[in-house]
Amino acid sequence: MLEQLETQYKQAAAALEQIAEGAGLAEWERETLGRSGWLTGMLRGVGQLPAEQRAAFGKRANEIKVALTQAYEAREKLIIEQDLARDLEEGQIDVTLPGRPRPTGGLHPSTQTLRQFYHIWGDMGFQVYRSRDVEDDDTNFTLLNIPPHHPARDMQDTFYTTEPNVILRTHTSPGQIRAMRELGEDGSKPIRVILPGMCYRYEQITPRSEIQFHQVEGLAIGRNIRMTDLKGTIAAFARRMFGADARVRFRASYFPFTEPSMEVDVECFLCHGDGCRVCKYSGWLEICGSGMVHPVVLRNGGYDPSVWSGFAFGFGPERMAMLMHGIEDIRYFWGNDLRFLEQF
Amino acid sequence: MLIPLSWLKDFVDIDIPAELLAEKLTVAGLEVDKIMYIGVPQTQQAHLHATFKQEVRYPKSDHLVWDREKLLWGAIREIKPHPNADRLVLALVDYGGAELEQCVTGAPNLFEFKGQGPLPEPLYTVIALEGAEVWDGHSDEPKRMILKEKPLRGIPNRSMVCSEKELGISDEHEGIMLFHADLGHKPGTPAQAVLGDIVFNIELTPNLARTFSIYGVAREVAALLDKPLHPPSYEVVMDGAPIDGQVFIDIREPELNPRFTLSLLRDITIKPSPDWMQRRLKLVGQRPINNIVDVTNYVTFEIGQPLHAFDYDKLVARAGGKAPTIITRLPEPGETLETLDEVKRSLDSHNILVCDTAGVLSMGGIIGGAETEISDTTTNVLLEAAAWQFINIRKTMSTQKVHTDAAARFSRGVHPSQAILGLKRGIELMRQLSDGKIAKGIIDDYPLPPETVRVALTTHEIDRIMGVRFSAEEAAALLRRGGFEVKVEGETMHVTAPDFRMDISSDPITGQADLIEEIARISGYAAIPNTIIADMMPDQQANPSLEREEQTRDLLVALGLRETISYRMTTPEREVQLVPPGMASSLPQADYVRLANPISAEKTVLRHTLFISLLENARANARYNERQQLFEIGNVYLKNGNAPLPDEPRKLGLLMTGKRGVSGWMHGEEGGEVNFFDLKGVIEGLLDGLHVRQVSYARAEHTSLHPGRSAQLLLDGQAAGVFGELHPLVGLAFGFEDVSVQIAELDLDAILKQADPLHGVEPLPLTPPVYQDIAFIVRETVTAAQAEAVIRKAGGALLKGVRLFDVYTGDPVPAGHKSLAYNLVYQTDERTLTDKEVAAVHAKIVKLCERELEAQLRA
Repeated sequence: MLEQLETQYKQAAAALEQIAEGAGLAEWERETLGRSGWLTGMLRGVGQLPAEQRAAFGKRANEIKVALTQAYEAREKLIIEQDLARDLEEGQIDVTLPGRPRPTGGLHPSTQTLRQFYHIWGDMGFQVYRSRDVEDDDTNFTLLNIPPHHPARDMQDTFYTTEPNVILRTHTSPGQIRAMRELGEDGSKPIRVILPGMCYRYEQITPRSEIQFHQVEGLAIGRNIRMTDLKGTIAAFARRMFGADARVRFRASYFPFTEPSMEVDVECFLCHGDGCRVCKYSGWLEICGSGMVHPVVLRNGGYDPSVWSGFAFGFGPERMAMLMHGIEDIRYFWGNDLRFLEQF
Repeated sequence: MLIPLSWLKDFVDIDIPAELLAEKLTVAGLEVDKIMYIGVPQTQQAHLHATFKQEVRYPKSDHLVWDREKLLWGAIREIKPHPNADRLVLALVDYGGAELEQCVTGAPNLFEFKGQGPLPEPLYTVIALEGAEVWDGHSDEPKRMILKEKPLRGIPNRSMVCSEKELGISDEHEGIMLFHADLGHKPGTPAQAVLGDIVFNIELTPNLARTFSIYGVAREVAALLDKPLHPPSYEVVMDGAPIDGQVFIDIREPELNPRFTLSLLRDITIKPSPDWMQRRLKLVGQRPINNIVDVTNYVTFEIGQPLHAFDYDKLVARAGGKAPTIITRLPEPGETLETLDEVKRSLDSHNILVCDTAGVLSMGGIIGGAETEISDTTTNVLLEAAAWQFINIRKTMSTQKVHTDAAARFSRGVHPSQAILGLKRGIELMRQLSDGKIAKGIIDDYPLPPETVRVALTTHEIDRIMGVRFSAEEAAALLRRGGFEVKVEGETMHVTAPDFRMDISSDPITGQADLIEEIARISGYAAIPNTIIADMMPDQQANPSLEREEQTRDLLVALGLRETISYRMTTPEREVQLVPPGMASSLPQADYVRLANPISAEKTVLRHTLFISLLENARANARYNERQQLFEIGNVYLKNGNAPLPDEPRKLGLLMTGKRGVSGWMHGEEGGEVNFFDLKGVIEGLLDGLHVRQVSYARAEHTSLHPGRSAQLLLDGQAAGVFGELHPLVGLAFGFEDVSVQIAELDLDAILKQADPLHGVEPLPLTPPVYQDIAFIVRETVTAAQAEAVIRKAGGALLKGVRLFDVYTGDPVPAGHKSLAYNLVYQTDERTLTDKEVAAVHAKIVKLCERELEAQLRA
């Protein structure tokens, strides 16, 4: 028995060394150490040996079991390592193949720009107030200090409707009147809003001019709002929008609904003022018209202009997007060509 | 408006570079759009920075700088014939050198002087010496060249007498520049010093009527630079027989014509105006005509008061040989006038006219009539300078579609006080240039002088609006620079506006704002500090309408759709294409908002539906993209009975067409074409994301949609939009042949009203679920919604989830039937369900389905 044990041990140990893959190893384990393996069988047969041989055989058989088990585990580990190494070697792909395209959606560039305005102005306490597209002449012009035949009406070519005194708003400023009358509680409450919306002007459609465009107007009304606040607020906006070192230039201008009025230029963020095509070599980009709310407009909004004051400003999101992304044709915005939209 | 610096300097001393002046004007509201250089160099940025401590930005100009050594003021002494060429002459030019320089030239304007020997009076021009850089006069494209010695037909030639084109002044190359006077400079002076100039193009906002002239800009410059102003001369030499009795004025509409002045100049000679005047007129874009007409233009541009010159003798003739009476009035019915632009005009009832007893002479303040204009034979000139109400001028400009330099100024406002100044300036210049005699006296009818504007302003008010604390004297000094009279009384300034400041309001509060702007402008906007708002923050308001709209956009983008924004204008004809021919429209029946002045025949009304926008976008994109998944959020416009303003409901439009997925390099992964259920999946995804409850769907009857594949969205049983497959005939109208298009228009206001941002959350279950599948056969008319309702009713509280996973028709399912298969989930938080409990509920479901749906359980 002992002899047979030694022989089979040698054979099994030798066979184990030859095994190179998992399936063979499992078979060896079953035939050797498994429940019906030969070693298990021999250990089970110890009882049939003469009593004096039992102890020695048992001891030796157990030693062999330990040795084979260790050899098996070592072999198993080796094979796993080899398998893994082979897998890693053979599993290479062409990583330069394009990824699987996902169907993606996206926001219109005007929406993206509007949201930038909402966020920045929202952080400064300006809330969004929206008003209608089709307006009456009074709210769009007369109440904003632009009486009929005023030269300022030349600044905005108007779409009229067949309904008398009903027009498409030429700017978001009529929203100033509506906001003051709705939120001002008869001129007793301060206001801080931005007024986004679509505006319409009777113009030829060209790469530089459109009949429809967004504006984002701002309005702050209070008992203590001054021109210095307007300058500081716009400068803060410019830093948020264009970076901490954005330089801003304020220059006098004219809008019938503000006085004093000013245009705001920001240093061209493409050439940093050196002059380029986008800033027409001037170094400045005109970004916003603004001013102190005209006393007549305050009065028309229900406020006493000798007690209340305010400022207003207006941006063009499409123009801003054009500057920031180098878009040369404003007609892209409502053309909705996917080849354009998919670039945002 | 073009402003030559040389002319501006007549009225104000300018001791800073043009670029810096342009910056100051721009910042003060007179936007210098362009600086044009004539021969002189641009100021170097570095020099500006070093000398004036100012960082001023301006574009680099690529104009020709005239070489101070080689482009010189020259006097042509003689024109000799060219011995070998009829079309060339030899000009002998004194350029300050020891000898005359001989230039070979073909300039046609020298031929009349050929062979006359030394000229009695020399002609002046610019001579380019060898090596000078000039523009190539013969090149169509702008091209520079260096002048080289080159014999012409055997005569040595190394210099050139120059045309305007060669110097970069204009495109004129018909002849060389010729002046009949030395313009105050000796031959040999650098041309830069004689003709070099800088011209600003200034854009004027409507409030800047006062600066619509060279002198008007000079006033601004004087105020900004704090320099004295030198007004033009208004001295008049009147040595002719008196004007009394020679002409009468009858103003019938003083509101429209508050002042009318006349002066008479006799015995004139019509001839070209002198070089200096012609040159200035050309610099401001005017074509010189003759000495009389040129003066009317010159004064218009110089001080901003337009003038009109009549041929006096023609007026006398019309009056039957008697002294004419000038009548300003509104037209009689049917009156017409042929104006100087050769247009015969029928006059509108509001057109203010200048007439005489025989009829209409001119349109007041706008354009003269042809009959009484100045001609080459005019010997006596009646000069008009008047004032007109600007609003009336504007109306006439727009109804008569006429635009002139005079009208441009009157329509912005010219103060009546300017009329007499213009008259004096004009008549004296005419006298000097025409050898005539001015009749003694002026006829001045001034029935309606405007009130002088006086405003009281306190330093407190300046501080309240500007946020800057000036002393009364400081503020007064700033205003005085602009010509205001100011009397300081403690903290109050009593300000009298100069008459040219028609923009200063007499309304106290507006007038104060006008003055504060003036103080801010003259002190400089850059000097005003920046502060943050110290005023109280208004109450913050919730804005769910916007927040949920933006959330809707985000959800739709996450669902893979791309946003469009379209023109809101369309035409009824375009929208009619949304209805199959011969069928009744399901689109809104409200009236359109119609444009009275559409920009094109393609954009006459505001849209009624987003369908038109979506389909036109999809059609335009179809050439490049078969797969399109689009959404748009925007208003439609519906007239509401007699209300003047329309309803503007907010809609959500969806459109899907083409493959479900995006194709890559792996085969067959894009899936099939989208169908009704892809679109419905997007709507469900959106409503889930917004936590809209009480959603149901019903068949839609909408003629733009496929009758069998369209649905209505119901929220709480209320219709909130339609969606489905586009009617094939409508698809065809938009170019989609054999391509299905899924489209939706939903009522966004209704959806967002139902959105529930405070939706609750189910706790995570503590017990394991039990899954069971069930499949049964029902008649095809049984809807999924009915089947699910029955299952849920039978399942009771223990049935937690029902998910349809298969719908099957065909063998072995009998005809007219379908098989529905569901995953069912049983669960309760109270205990782990036993097989027995589940089996009992399951059996109940089977039973109820059999009873209520006549369902047959599948094996």
